[in-house]
Amino acid sequence: MRLGGWGRYPLLDAEVEAPRGAQEAAAQLHRLAASGRNTIARGMGRSYGDSALQDHVLSTRHLDHFLDFDRSNGHITVQAGVTLAEIIALTLPQGWFPAVTPGTQYVSVGGAIAADVHGKNHHVDGSFGRHLLWLRLLTAGGDIVRCGPEENAGLFAATCGGMGLTGVVLEACLRLRPVRSNQIEHVTHRARNLDQVLELFSEHSAATYSVAWIDCLARGPRLGRSLLMVGEHAAEGALTAEPSGGPAVPDLVPSALLSRWSIGAMNALYYSRGSARPRKERIGYRPYFYPLDALRDWNRLYGRNGFLQYQLVVPVGADGRDALHRVLRTIADSGRGSFLAVLKQFGPANGNLLSFPMEGYTLALDFKVEPAVFELLDRLDDIVGGAGGRVYLCKDARLKAAAARRMYPRWDAFQAVRARVDPQRLFASRQSARLEL
Amino acid sequence: MKKILIVGATSAIAEAVARRFAARGERLYLIGRDAARLETMAADLKVRGAADARHGCLDLNEYGLHAMAVQQALTALGGLDAALIAHGTLGDQKACEADFTLALRELETNALSTISLLTHLANEFEHRGGGLIAVIGSVAGDRGRGSNYVYGTAKAAVETFTEGLRCRLFKSGVGVLLVKPGFVDTPMTQRFKKGPLWASPDRVAGSIVRAMDRRADVIYTPWFWRLIMGIIKAIPRPLFKRLKL
Ligand SMILES: Cc1cc2nc3c(=O)[nH]c(=O)nc-3n(C[C@H](O)[C@H](O)[C@H](O)COP(=O)(O)OP(=O)(O)OC[C@H]3O[C@@H](n4cnc5c(N)ncnc54)[C@H](O)[C@@H]3O)c2cc1C
Ligand SMILES: NC(=O)c1ccc[n+]([C@@H]2O[C@H](COP(=O)([O-])OP(=O)(O)OC[C@H]3O[C@@H](n4cnc5c(N)ncnc54)[C@H](OP(=O)(O)O)[C@@H]3O)[C@@H](O)[C@H]2O)c1
Repeated sequence: MRLGGWGRYPLLDAEVEAPRGAQEAAAQLHRLAASGRNTIARGMGRSYGDSALQDHVLSTRHLDHFLDFDRSNGHITVQAGVTLAEIIALTLPQGWFPAVTPGTQYVSVGGAIAADVHGKNHHVDGSFGRHLLWLRLLTAGGDIVRCGPEENAGLFAATCGGMGLTGVVLEACLRLRPVRSNQIEHVTHRARNLDQVLELFSEHSAATYSVAWIDCLARGPRLGRSLLMVGEHAAEGALTAEPSGGPAVPDLVPSALLSRWSIGAMNALYYSRGSARPRKERIGYRPYFYPLDALRDWNRLYGRNGFLQYQLVVPVGADGRDALHRVLRTIADSGRGSFLAVLKQFGPANGNLLSFPMEGYTLALDFKVEPAVFELLDRLDDIVGGAGGRVYLCKDARLKAAAARRMYPRWDAFQAVRARVDPQRLFASRQSARLEL
Repeated sequence: MKKILIVGATSAIAEAVARRFAARGERLYLIGRDAARLETMAADLKVRGAADARHGCLDLNEYGLHAMAVQQALTALGGLDAALIAHGTLGDQKACEADFTLALRELETNALSTISLLTHLANEFEHRGGGLIAVIGSVAGDRGRGSNYVYGTAKAAVETFTEGLRCRLFKSGVGVLLVKPGFVDTPMTQRFKKGPLWASPDRVAGSIVRAMDRRADVIYTPWFWRLIMGIIKAIPRPLFKRLKL
């Protein structure tokens, strides 16, 4: 079966097996190990690059069962293939919402753990792993190991953010957040340039959610002009989960649609949404958290060759700011930025060995796959790595091994855990092979 | 709140049906042969809203255990409003051609075990004077085809059996529903290449639940299979035997 990530680059022919329980999964691992093959877990395939790609993948499609939900404290136990969308549909009507959610609700819990995903509330609530009570991991040897912050903590710290390389997460228990409405109160602030938006981030550091849309094509004094959106769960209102759906993008959209001019037009549109004075609105959780989910299969907009997403983080402070300036200038000069550029201030890093977030600024944008882009991104890696920052693995399809190693200082500690739980390296993705991980 | 028995509950189609019943708060009893998966499924259905979800575990080719299994379900549920029989296997036609013991096994799983269960359930429901029995057959039972006539034979037997049973139970107020799915993307059909005619288990489950609610007699699902099978049945035999279907 032809398989890729959300960016549809790279694509490869993969054998997909979808175990219906721990027993079947263990038997499949045993068979693969005996024949010297590699495998990697795969959830909803919302990672952009080759993190969930291998000649053989273990799909968690059938591990889609809820196991327990305690309505009194919001603790929910699920199999790893359950999606945040399914959790929300079940728990929102009872007043509970995921404590951390990425920009799409169509991710599996296993995928959210493996990438230790973050949301617009990272600066106050940290990443996904912080809200896990425990998880159960199927290791290469076929054992099922329970781990959590205080139980097999080393394995837990390697698994949260470990990109599936420690084993297959089978189940996890999550702590949800209580909410009293399905609406978000949000305020949009307009920022003329990068310094102003960074200022606004610190000013609003007490807000639960904050994120900015940034115009990557703006240059000179307007470099980094953006819209900052801060939000809170509304204090009261309906609790229904909104139905999913929305129009789908047909398979063969001409890639001309993504030409430089339409990208500029898109940015201008977003920019014009903010007025000079802060604008207050109340909107549903779906348009707020998951604006892109409204257009199903929007990844097809980039055409046949697919696209790359580049997400970086640089540390807070003067060096980081300077690096961010240089990154934005390099992108603006290249004229290859996407209409989707998101800027956010992260809170402190956690102890997970390969987790992406660190205290600093993160920027994410898309690039259509074309030969010149790879060299551009290599240059960005130099700037980011040089500033002590890093690139997000679940978005990556092209990072080089040496650059990755420099960006992830706890690489060796991670490899030590892996050597213990998977000495034969049964679990490997196209990405881990490329990164020599 | 209805009391519903689901046989072959770990089937992808049956599970999708069970989830829809759970969301409505029904009381469920599951029968299958994989205890671990039944347990997981029961937990899931309770979280999804089922008033209760219990299970019994047996290989359905053990006909001798059917009476007891049905009694256990009745006791656990405290009565019975409806039953769905969903188990089945899609055996290897070529292997069945070469070895009758394999063909027999297919006929047992897909026809005889179902007929045994129907016999027990029919007597229970008739005695109670109401209820509904739903069975999953297949479009494959509509006409014997060279590529899978053993499976087709079993499904045709179930069709004829339910047809007669429906007539017998009509005066007792017991409904008999035969569901005839087309291509459904489930573990049973994992090895096939999928195309536009394929439906998801959830879509098929939606039509099964609606058909059970309105106490239909026979449905094709998705609906367009009624047209497709109409054409296939209309092909004259001299031509049909030359086709590779
Ligand atoms: C529109 C969009 C917006 C996004 N926004 C954000 C965001 O705001 N913040 C953020 O952090 N991320 C974001 N992401 C990225 C996404 O959250 C992550 O890539 C996430 O890992 C996807 O989950 P998945 O189930 O699709 O996993 P997959 O893409 O299938 O897999 C991702 C990784 O998880 C591993 N994995 C999956 N399941 C398991 C398992 N059961 N056990 C072990 N390993 C497993 C895989 O091996 C792979 O390494 C976004 C993605 C999209 C498409
Ligand atoms: N998929 C299709 O395209 C299609 C089309 C037409 C009709 N159907 C019919 O739909 C029904 C459901 O099938 P499905 O598509 O949902 O496939 P499925 O997921 O493979 O389900 C088949 C189920 O039958 C169970 N089973 C088989 N033999 C058994 C036995 N001896 N004892 C107990 N349980 C047994 C299996 O149990 P285990 O899980 O333990 O193996 C499995 O749960 C079947 O009657 C099938 O013939 C399917």
